[in-house]
Amino acid sequence: MIWRLVALFTLMALPLRAEIDIREVTSPGGIKAWLVEDHSIPFTALEIRFQGGTSLDAPGKRGAVNLMTGLIEEGAAEMDAQGFATARDALAAEFRFSASVDALSVSARMLTENRDRAAELLRLALVAPRFDADALERVRGQVLAGLRSAEKDPGEIAARLFDAQAFGDHPYGSSGDGTVDSVTALTRDDILAAHKGALARDRVYVAAVGDITAAQLGSLLDHLLRDLPATGTPLPAMAQVGLTGGVTVQDFPTPQAVVRFGQTGIERDDPDYFAAFVLNEVLGGSRFGSRLMEELREKRGLTYGVGTYLADYDQADLLIGQFATDNRTAVEAVAILQAEWARAAQGVTEAELQAAKTYLTGAYPLRFDGNGTIANILVGMQMSGFSADYPKTRNAKVEAVTLEDVARVAARLIRPDALRVVVVGQPEGLQSTP
Amino acid sequence: MQVQVRALALIAGLAATPGMAAEVTDFTLDNGLQVVVIEDHRAPVAVQMIWYRVGAADEPAGHSGIAHFFEHLMFKATDDMAAGAFSDTVELQGGEDNAFTSWDYTAYFQRVAADRLDLMMKLEADRMRDLLLTDEVVATERSVILEERNQRVDSDPGSLFTEQLRAAQYLNHPYGIPIIGWRHEIEALDRADAEAFYRTFYAPNNAVLIVAGDVTPDAVRAMAETHYGPLAPTVDLPTRSRPVEPPQLAERRLEMRDARVSEPFLMRSYLAPNRRSGDQREAAALVYLAELLGGSGTTSLMARALQFDDPKAVYSYAYFDGSALDSGLFHLGLLPLPNVTPSEAEAAMDKVVADFLATGPDPAAFERIKTQLRAAEIYALDDVDGLARRYGEALTTGLTVADVQEWPKVLQEVTPDDVMAAARKVLDRRNAVTGWLLPEETAQ
Repeated sequence: MIWRLVALFTLMALPLRAEIDIREVTSPGGIKAWLVEDHSIPFTALEIRFQGGTSLDAPGKRGAVNLMTGLIEEGAAEMDAQGFATARDALAAEFRFSASVDALSVSARMLTENRDRAAELLRLALVAPRFDADALERVRGQVLAGLRSAEKDPGEIAARLFDAQAFGDHPYGSSGDGTVDSVTALTRDDILAAHKGALARDRVYVAAVGDITAAQLGSLLDHLLRDLPATGTPLPAMAQVGLTGGVTVQDFPTPQAVVRFGQTGIERDDPDYFAAFVLNEVLGGSRFGSRLMEELREKRGLTYGVGTYLADYDQADLLIGQFATDNRTAVEAVAILQAEWARAAQGVTEAELQAAKTYLTGAYPLRFDGNGTIANILVGMQMSGFSADYPKTRNAKVEAVTLEDVARVAARLIRPDALRVVVVGQPEGLQSTP
Repeated sequence: MQVQVRALALIAGLAATPGMAAEVTDFTLDNGLQVVVIEDHRAPVAVQMIWYRVGAADEPAGHSGIAHFFEHLMFKATDDMAAGAFSDTVELQGGEDNAFTSWDYTAYFQRVAADRLDLMMKLEADRMRDLLLTDEVVATERSVILEERNQRVDSDPGSLFTEQLRAAQYLNHPYGIPIIGWRHEIEALDRADAEAFYRTFYAPNNAVLIVAGDVTPDAVRAMAETHYGPLAPTVDLPTRSRPVEPPQLAERRLEMRDARVSEPFLMRSYLAPNRRSGDQREAAALVYLAELLGGSGTTSLMARALQFDDPKAVYSYAYFDGSALDSGLFHLGLLPLPNVTPSEAEAAMDKVVADFLATGPDPAAFERIKTQLRAAEIYALDDVDGLARRYGEALTTGLTVADVQEWPKVLQEVTPDDVMAAARKVLDRRNAVTGWLLPEETAQ
């Protein structure tokens, strides 16, 4: 039996739809949330996200939102850091606080048997964090250790160099973690100001998945969020993407060069967004079959992995990617990358389009696995401005993309002359272009 | 076919309701393939995992990295499929696939819509016996793996040092070699090595099939019979008896300097018992010990002493890894504060350990950990892939389905005395490797 790929096309999947039942809930106090009720496991995953994140840092206070986020669970109301952690662990509740460029995220898992007590603890952390002096120094020390380590990590160096070239003085142009100098200089007042500005009701998005009813969720959210300020710090302005074509080499002693590359992307609400999404999948998507993976890894063994993605920030859009390769092969690998970029501007083949669509539509429903994961996805959808029926309609949008759509968006989006390639390492024979 | 065992993996210590149990069924095909089915009907998704009882610790001496190398080669051509067609086919079905290697196992998995499971089994069964390698395929993939080693290990001084520590931890057992292999031995791996390894170890009687998700045991059994049933077992499968550690009589101390290191870092590991079939109590006690000493970044003994009461460290940790066929490891470590010398920081950590051995666990802390372990079983039900991994890892490291199902109960039955007995046995520096990873001595 010889069994070839061609034959497999006949087995092609009927795309599944994501069969999750999302309810839009408004609490008595007016807070909107998306809810998926599932009572099979006695806990609830709650995801709360405040738009803004580290981009809300005041001038000269880079790293304030990040450090504040790290301090949220280091003591609240009558409890110091030890008291808070002890109370949380006794309930076996899990809270995670993190800050990214566009959002401050709160991810909680609470058992049904003590959900009200867990929610009360979470409320205290959000509205009454203490920011004690000793906690501030302790967490500041952790952030500083991370920053010093990042200065010696080729991947971090590449990311920072690339962001600075892309966004200059806009908050996106520097790390939200701040610098050793800026973080060292932050005061408790800076942390209080960051807290007041970043956690506000005018920018909150909520999803809950698990063992909770709409009425229970409504009263929980009112209790949790009603004492936060009504409005926060204004969001930053749109960022201008300042990337130009060419290569930047940053010397760093490491056997393997890290290559980060990208150009301007496409807005999430552009009519051609899905065509661009399919194009990216063909060029450097998450599969082994992508063009870059095929050329750099499968055919030549130049890298362990390469990927590209459409990075849709709130205030800017990029198409970016990364790989690492031996210093001795960096010249060859970068030349292949540039050639593939030029080829991508020509569009894709019918077979590539079909393979990408089949993968994307088939993989989509598989994402919805587990309460925490689903809550996370639902908040992301709300922040992207999608309606609650999006999971049921999304695959049809991918299916609708035609070869002409991809060719049109490829000609408009892919700019071989504007592809910036940042290389950190000691790549043999590769120099920065003027 | 052997008798089917049906069991409910009940959650110990809670009033279990029918919705709260993951239903688990296991059986064995005539050719020796063990099968475990975990039902979770919340979403129309299925995971197939095939775990081979072979890993880096089973490699012939001098050929380190062959198990991991082989994991890569399994995505190449078979008599029925072109190279890369495996992943292409999974992706055409919208699925995800990947693989991973450890010292005791090599595992492959696919996540797909549940109605594609039959095709996934057909593919996975095809490559269990019928892979066709060429010198060219082997050479290109060796380059990929050298880049993988570059990326994961050689570019990261922390990973390089971890390799050195582990090699020093094991005086005789092959757990001391890195999973990815030593660079010079990877460079020498060839097609003959790969084929010999494959013929011996990739066989139904050396594998465990785990299927989890929206599936029924009867349907899985029928599919498994069709696709895996006809495969021939390896008749002369070697028993897994690895060289045994002699008594460890001397602590090993290592120091490595690297320009890419920004702060000193202390890592210590102690040789420790593993989870053993029918005898998991000591390992369970070590789970508590790790949590008490350094599990929480705030309330653990190390965090309290080293980060709060008299700050010496930016952070500190303890963890226990007992899921291995021959031996476990108990880990401690810290990152000192900038104004604290390494020896001062290490002395402070040693004092935490000594004080604990003198006074024993705080009862309230012990109860909190017990509660958290019980809750972890509830949260674990939300992650069917994680449940599948539990079974796969256990069944390739000498445990049984019953051991996996017993484990939450064993954890709930641990007493403070168990913890102290395990602590006295394990926290013995003669069994330990202590390492300091340091920045370059001085700037020029």
